Amino acid sequence: MNPSLTKLFLFFLHVCIHRALKSVMANSDFLLQFQEFEDNQDFTQNTQESTTVTIDDPIKSRKQRNAAGTDFEGEEDDPLENSDKTKLLSGERKSAPFWTFEYYQTLFDVDTHQVKSRILGSVVPWPRRNFVEVYLRSNPDLYGPFWICATLVFAIAISGNISSFLRHHGQPKYKYVPDFGKVTMAATAIYSYALLVPLALWGFLTWRNRTIASLVSYSFMQIVCVYGYSLSIYIPAVIVWIIPSEGLRWCSIAVAMCLSGSVLVMTFWPAIREDKPRIIIAILSTIVILHVLLAVGCKACFFSTYETDPSADNNEPLKAGSTLSFTKAN
Amino acid sequence: MVVSHLNRTVTSLNELFEHHAHFAGLSDISISEDIPVEGDISVPVGSQNADNDFSTLDEPVKDTILRDLRAVGQKFVHVMYPKKSSALLRDWDLWGPLLLCVTLALMLQGGSADSEEDGRPQFAEVFVIIWFGSVIITLNSKLLGGTISFFQSLCVLGYCILPLTVAMIVCRIVLLGGSGVVSFAVRLIVVTASFSWSTFASTAFLADSQPTNRKALVVYPVFLFYFVIGWMILTFSPSH
Repeated sequence: MNPSLTKLFLFFLHVCIHRALKSVMANSDFLLQFQEFEDNQDFTQNTQESTTVTIDDPIKSRKQRNAAGTDFEGEEDDPLENSDKTKLLSGERKSAPFWTFEYYQTLFDVDTHQVKSRILGSVVPWPRRNFVEVYLRSNPDLYGPFWICATLVFAIAISGNISSFLRHHGQPKYKYVPDFGKVTMAATAIYSYALLVPLALWGFLTWRNRTIASLVSYSFMQIVCVYGYSLSIYIPAVIVWIIPSEGLRWCSIAVAMCLSGSVLVMTFWPAIREDKPRIIIAILSTIVILHVLLAVGCKACFFSTYETDPSADNNEPLKAGSTLSFTKAN
Repeated sequence: MVVSHLNRTVTSLNELFEHHAHFAGLSDISISEDIPVEGDISVPVGSQNADNDFSTLDEPVKDTILRDLRAVGQKFVHVMYPKKSSALLRDWDLWGPLLLCVTLALMLQGGSADSEEDGRPQFAEVFVIIWFGSVIITLNSKLLGGTISFFQSLCVLGYCILPLTVAMIVCRIVLLGGSGVVSFAVRLIVVTASFSWSTFASTAFLADSQPTNRKALVVYPVFLFYFVIGWMILTFSPSH
């Protein structure tokens, strides 16, 4: 009876947690409620299964089955089937080791409409809607992060080239040559941001989860997925940067930052909510500052390469840009 | 005693000879001209003759090269008229992609080896982008659950660069006339047309191997791939 007792206790704890979360977040969102209902059902099924196993009354269950109208053959593997069902319902897949092809296939298990809704969800911050709980659940994908990063890399390289062409267009001695090195630089910057920051954040969150018992813990893939999708807003922003106007560029950075930064903050808020206020502020400001730094760094690196230009009148905007980026960083 | 021993040896020798006679009879049968054995020998000879028709050992080198070139040319025609046919998928080869890729990379390099500081795409960069890109797209479609094999997909993606290579040739011819607004407009139109042609042709071949609700996820990387190659072709300017 001991396992069933612990499962009952777990179920009780789960319900309490959900009530608490619900009261805190006060959400009226249909999807979240639906998920809660599903989880509850799953847990009741767990307890039911455990009781039937411990009682071990095959005749009774057979009678119930016969009353329900199922045939006799299906009953022999009944416990197995039940456990399969619970496994499916709880969303835990049998995880293959990471060097196999199947492991990566589970990371690319998305449909077109899922990717669309995830991109939309990472761009539009909806109040009190957690990106992981609403869109990812237990199914984070690598498709979105990988191809969003690839698109961003080429968008930066191409629009950086176009903007440098537009800036130098009127000058008599200027001859346009495509700068292919920008692709390599942008790829290094974007992919390292999309991989290293989630790694650091995941390490920090796991470490903090040891010391304080946080209710929400994210897996590494979930964090990578959140970060990858949060970069999608920068793609239109980077295309806007082609227009040679500093004010418009800073505006687009600010808008993109507000949108995706707020999604990031709202996503990681439940995971660190229980921590000390000082650490909460530190984490959130680090997330936001790194996100800003990426945008500002890309802009400084690919869109205002004044240092290659010897003419003196172009040096002024560089100073302004760099001081602005430093004040933002501090 | 000795006589009895001798008798025993004689009888055993007799038995032995009888056995030998038995074997000798068998060997006589096999030595004699028997039809089934000859038939056994003659059947492989006949099949070898049939094999000789398909073997390429005896044919002239010119025939071999011409046959392969004809297969490559047929696939070029398939790319230019992208019908829903599986000929490009059934017997894949990587000669055509290699040819197209080397041609494109050589033409994009444009003899700029002397100038160090300009960052136009070098041969190696174009080569790596084409091969690495198509490998990644293939892996992506396999991971999404596509039913196409690895080299088939590589073959299709490589052959579908053909319109872009043609556009590159046209661009170089246009650039000989000068690089003004008109030439840029012509190049833009040519590259856009060939880019959409490439994307359309490769989707016609590749999209059928995917589940319906994931086609867009497979087509998008292909679109990005050809878009980047098209951008490299469009922004190419020869160094004088």
